[in-house]
Amino acid sequence: MNPRFRSVFIRVMRRWVLIFLGFEVLAFSLLGTNFFSLDTLQNILVSSTIVLLLAVGETFVIITGGIDLSVGFMVGFTGVVCAKIMVTLQAAGTTQAMAIAAGIAAALLVGLLPGFINGFLVAHLKVPPFIATFGMYGIAYGCAEIICNNVPIHDLPSAVGPIGHGFLFFWLPGKMFRVFVEPTGLSSVDFQHLITIIPNLSALALVFVLVFGFILAKTRFGRHTYAIGGNIDAAERAGIDVKRHLVKVYMISSFFASLAGVCYVLRYITGRAPAGSAQVLDAVVAVVIGGASLYGGKGSVSGTFVGAMVLTTLVLGLANLALPTYYAYIAVGCILIFAVLIDQFSPELVHKED
Amino acid sequence: MEPILEVRNITKRFGGLVAVDNVDMKVYPGEVVGLLGDNGAGKSTLIKMVSGVYRADAGKVFFGGKEVKIDNPMQALRMGLETIYQDLALAENLDVYSNIFLGREKLKRFLGLVNVLDHGHMLAESRKVLNRLDIEVPSLRNRIRTLSGGQRQAVAISRAIYWNAKFIIMDEPTAALGVAEQKKVLGLVRTLSSQGVGIIIISHQLLDVFSVATRLVIMRRGKKVAERITAETSMDEVVGLIVGSVPGDLANANGESPKPSAVGPVMTTSSRSRPHQETTRRRPSPSGH
Ligand SMILES: Nc1ncnc2c1ncn2[C@@H]1O[C@H](COP(=O)(O)OP(=O)(O)OP(=O)(O)O)[C@@H](O)[C@H]1O
Ligand SMILES: [Mg+2]
Repeated sequence: MNPRFRSVFIRVMRRWVLIFLGFEVLAFSLLGTNFFSLDTLQNILVSSTIVLLLAVGETFVIITGGIDLSVGFMVGFTGVVCAKIMVTLQAAGTTQAMAIAAGIAAALLVGLLPGFINGFLVAHLKVPPFIATFGMYGIAYGCAEIICNNVPIHDLPSAVGPIGHGFLFFWLPGKMFRVFVEPTGLSSVDFQHLITIIPNLSALALVFVLVFGFILAKTRFGRHTYAIGGNIDAAERAGIDVKRHLVKVYMISSFFASLAGVCYVLRYITGRAPAGSAQVLDAVVAVVIGGASLYGGKGSVSGTFVGAMVLTTLVLGLANLALPTYYAYIAVGCILIFAVLIDQFSPELVHKED
Repeated sequence: MEPILEVRNITKRFGGLVAVDNVDMKVYPGEVVGLLGDNGAGKSTLIKMVSGVYRADAGKVFFGGKEVKIDNPMQALRMGLETIYQDLALAENLDVYSNIFLGREKLKRFLGLVNVLDHGHMLAESRKVLNRLDIEVPSLRNRIRTLSGGQRQAVAISRAIYWNAKFIIMDEPTAALGVAEQKKVLGLVRTLSSQGVGIIIISHQLLDVFSVATRLVIMRRGKKVAERITAETSMDEVVGLIVGSVPGDLANANGESPKPSAVGPVMTTSSRSRPHQETTRRRPSPSGH
């Protein structure tokens, strides 16, 4: 094969997930009803929030060669903490804004602790990541059930729903443009034509995804994360404080899980202990589809983002076609195996000169 | 002049095994010391205690005349002590220049806000240092995984010499290199030493060590058995010391008799009437493996 062509070919093959995503959107647009619309695409984005957040945190852990299973129940745990504090403060008579802000802040803070413990167990006490985080998975779930007394927490402040279901922009072409605050008192015709742009939750998630994508790709912290996954001894001998770095990485993962927990509360207006437990494996799958290897040393936030979109598009697309969800399982299973095979057999891109 | 590096009575145990047993060693600025010994003699373990990979179970390390505690590799690197490891210690998933700068990445300001990796700088500097070695690496953007053994070794060497170290430890620096490349590395060792850098070189290529080292330290089963000025010894004697067929100077250190009568291993087993039987029996038999 012509070397130039070969190099281009390798580069394109590396992006196969992106091509696959395009193909997915195209196929569902042609086959489905009203699939290719701003609403559906935004729906994909917002439906993916929890998986996306978990997956981005997980990306850091997987690149170091570890895995974080605790994030599943971390969603439920931090969600319950968040909801509980909102409800309690509201009952105590604080303003809604205070209650909501305090709930969110508490959830994000509390969420750092399990990550710290995971990281400490893995880095300092040499507990295998699978075991350490699986233990934390159970602990987080149990604690969440204790906090919420085994019943979902409802009756959150009334502003929670509008935030969780709101959009950054509301646009009525030719008539008005609003930021963040949903216009009220519209006629039903106007309401029909109201264009909603960028779901709040997606905006929130994307900010963090972008920031941490930048950190992973561009900063020293990111480079060290890859180095640890590539050769932990080499990283250590190069003077990297590997233990400290691993603790931070597990804390990033649990921070993202807490964000997902907060998003869950905002979106479903409830705090439930088992929330998110079903999404752990989806998150890992998204990371792997996005080009990471469970052996460590590889992966990227952008890849993970595409991976999460592939999964969500598939689930929503099949639903749009009114196919039962178990088809989605089969499809996801196939893509996952395909992703690993492609990764295994794709040749290394070798530069001839600088 | 005082030694730039000195270790005193340094010991390292792995479970029941004493990998390095009460070893003393000095290196003066600009001096090249060859550290010799058979496989498993404890050479790598000894230098890893100096480079911060292992913590010594006993003993002291002095650097630049001061006692130092080296608890992790970063401390050694900060003092100006670089190490080329036998296993090279490269991150195979990263490219060449990222490995040369690993742990000490060059950063630049991004939008006046945050520090990001300065790829351009690292690429150019890596190119320069590799050119100094004159070993062909096609592109510094390639991952280590795609390089040959010798190219990897070149990267490991480049990483150690880039930082203007005061001291460089080289554990088998030429093992994977071709003949011409080995010569270049030995030339580099001489240049560095003439600039006042202290160097420990570990190698099984006795010829190479004899050609660059002024002093030789020979280890056997964790113990330092002898120290020789290169010009005052011979390859035969050194080989004998390494394999144990020539007795070392070790005896005094361990309270064993340095008597010339306690010579070859064959005699030891046969001469039952000798006075220091107990101690001689405990001496490891060179043919015991
Ligand atoms: N991490 C470790 N854990 C347990 N034992 C070890 C460890 N590292 C080295 N050893 C043991 O210590 C002894 C000395 O090993 P070392 O690597 O220092 O030898 P060496 O002189 O460098 O040999 P070579 O020439 O083969 O590189 C060996 O018996 C080895 O098995
Ligand atoms: Mg060795």
